[in-house]
Amino acid sequence: MTDAALDTNGPTELPGGRSLWSDAWARMRANRAAMASLIFLVLMTVACIVGPWLVPHNYTTIYADYVRTPPSLTAYPKADMVESALNDVLRRMRVEPGGWTQEGDRVFVEVTSGRAIDERNLRYLERSDTFHDARVESRADDGLAMVMSAAIKQQYFLLGTDNVGRDLLSRTLMAGRISLSIGLLAGMTAVVIGVLYGATAGFLGGRTDEIMMRIVDVLYSLPFIFFVIMLVVFFGRNFVLMFLAVGAVLWLDMARIVRGQALSIRRQEYIQAAEALGVTQTGILLRHVVPNLLGPVVIYMTLLVPHVIILESFLSFLGLGVQEPMTSWGVLISAGAKNIGSANWLLVFPALFLVSTLFALNFVGDGLRDALDPKDR
Amino acid sequence: MLLYVLRRLLTAIPTLFVVVTLAFFLIRIAPGGPFNQERGLSPEIKANIEAQFGLDDPLWLQYVNYLKNLGQGNFGPSYNLPDFTVTELFAAGLPISVQLGAMALLLALIVGGTLGTIAALNQNRAADYAVIATATAGTTIPTFVIAPIIQLVFGLTWNLLPIGGWGDGAFVNKIGPVLTLALPQIAIVARLMRGSMIEALRAHHIRTARALGLSDMSVIVKHALRGAVLPIVSYAGPAAAALLTGSVIVETIFAIPGVGRYFVDAALNRDYTLVMGTVVVIAIFTIVFNLIVDIIYAVLDPRVRYD
Repeated sequence: MTDAALDTNGPTELPGGRSLWSDAWARMRANRAAMASLIFLVLMTVACIVGPWLVPHNYTTIYADYVRTPPSLTAYPKADMVESALNDVLRRMRVEPGGWTQEGDRVFVEVTSGRAIDERNLRYLERSDTFHDARVESRADDGLAMVMSAAIKQQYFLLGTDNVGRDLLSRTLMAGRISLSIGLLAGMTAVVIGVLYGATAGFLGGRTDEIMMRIVDVLYSLPFIFFVIMLVVFFGRNFVLMFLAVGAVLWLDMARIVRGQALSIRRQEYIQAAEALGVTQTGILLRHVVPNLLGPVVIYMTLLVPHVIILESFLSFLGLGVQEPMTSWGVLISAGAKNIGSANWLLVFPALFLVSTLFALNFVGDGLRDALDPKDR
Repeated sequence: MLLYVLRRLLTAIPTLFVVVTLAFFLIRIAPGGPFNQERGLSPEIKANIEAQFGLDDPLWLQYVNYLKNLGQGNFGPSYNLPDFTVTELFAAGLPISVQLGAMALLLALIVGGTLGTIAALNQNRAADYAVIATATAGTTIPTFVIAPIIQLVFGLTWNLLPIGGWGDGAFVNKIGPVLTLALPQIAIVARLMRGSMIEALRAHHIRTARALGLSDMSVIVKHALRGAVLPIVSYAGPAAAALLTGSVIVETIFAIPGVGRYFVDAALNRDYTLVMGTVVVIAIFTIVFNLIVDIIYAVLDPRVRYD
């Protein structure tokens, strides 16, 4: 036994050894951009999962009174919006508006009509997006005039509303749910297929490897977008199926990376040592090969997820991806791009969410690469 | 040299053949046909139209006929734009896409190359970090976000550029699309250039040149640049092929009548001939630009020989 061997075995009193992963984690923690991005991603994920329940608006609810409302931190309706909303309601009631006054958060309005006014007309006020809690304050004996009152419904549209009056905040969070889960779903599909295919080719080697890789080469030679569109054509607009399929297209790179890695791992001395010691093929695979493959796979996966999100957004932008009323960041950005003249917040906020997430994913991917790349040591 | 080019072009034919065959059968497997969408088309009329285009022949015969026509340079008629042949559509749209793509590529190479060189010369200083940050932004922000933001800022807020349209090729109409196409490329080229320039500046012949007292400028331009552009040349080949054949996003957002939209539209409408035409054009561009890259490579790096 040499001194060097003694040195590595010697300090047993140290609290445990450092595995590849604890080592990588320590380095990752030292990388501030990557850690900040990781925290940001966690927050974004939590916001997208929990957010749609916390926002008081449903992402499909249409507020007819609030079409293309600009974003605002204060509550709606604004002072000048009450009158037009009130006139809208009264027109629907088919009554003549008299004067109206506002006391606190209640409005009082006098109405007259040629025919007796039915009290059930109040439900027009209830149904409006601006008012609730409608009451009849007084009623003329002949029923031709009436004073109604209703409370103003205070609502917040922090990011404004879209073209048909849906709350953009709840839509953006909901879109995030879809975009992120599609990214993960398709990313996982690509990784599973790629790892299986690449590992098989790498391990079997020889002729099988050659044929399998030639198939990958041929698939590479077709324009990528052609593939994606063919998948859309085949799977229709069912987005879960489609993104499984998109994942099924993205495995080509993964297969190449894993195959190369598997080939080189197979030639390592520790594999030969394990073989010499009589470890079974499965044992070698599980104990030695898979853990050593994981590094590049994890790195590639973090870089694949933003790729898939961009792809999803791209397809949705073309109208091929997620369909209304379901939404994704690509759908929102597409709608925003069509309305930049009249409602630029429809573009700005979804784009901000998408781009910041992509940035964070990239930083985390780069950080992981630095942390896990053994050559860097 | 000429022999080499000829041989390369000849070996490209089998590749082209495989791509054409795959694309032909893939698009045919897809459910639906070019004349299915038109409502109220009676079965007899539909059968007549399909007979006119030979779509009622057995698939293998259609394939053989298509290859025969293709061999004579005939892409066939477009099914969904019935007054045009595929050749006419490309004759009208391709020059536009090529123009925009070429301008974007040129811009990307000049600006990206310069930025990358500046970053490499100021490694780990403020200028370097600025370039890296810009490059990260450029590669992260998708085109379909950049394009509407350019419209919003330059078109609507500052009123400097038209929001869209080709305007018969007026220069101002090209600025937005070219910028959108070029920005991600600038980012990638800058990154590549920075990396390869840092490496090139470490080479022995650069140290010798410096030791001989040559000025910084002449060391960089005459000696380092030659080696440093090699990775960019190999990147620029496929990138050029992709840029010159048009971008569906840019052409849709800026309403440019190029060929980028054809692929998506044609595949969705099962316009078989137009899909095939697009596949062939893209494949030819890819093959030609890969060849050009190899030739430039051999010119720049005398160690590479045509063999």
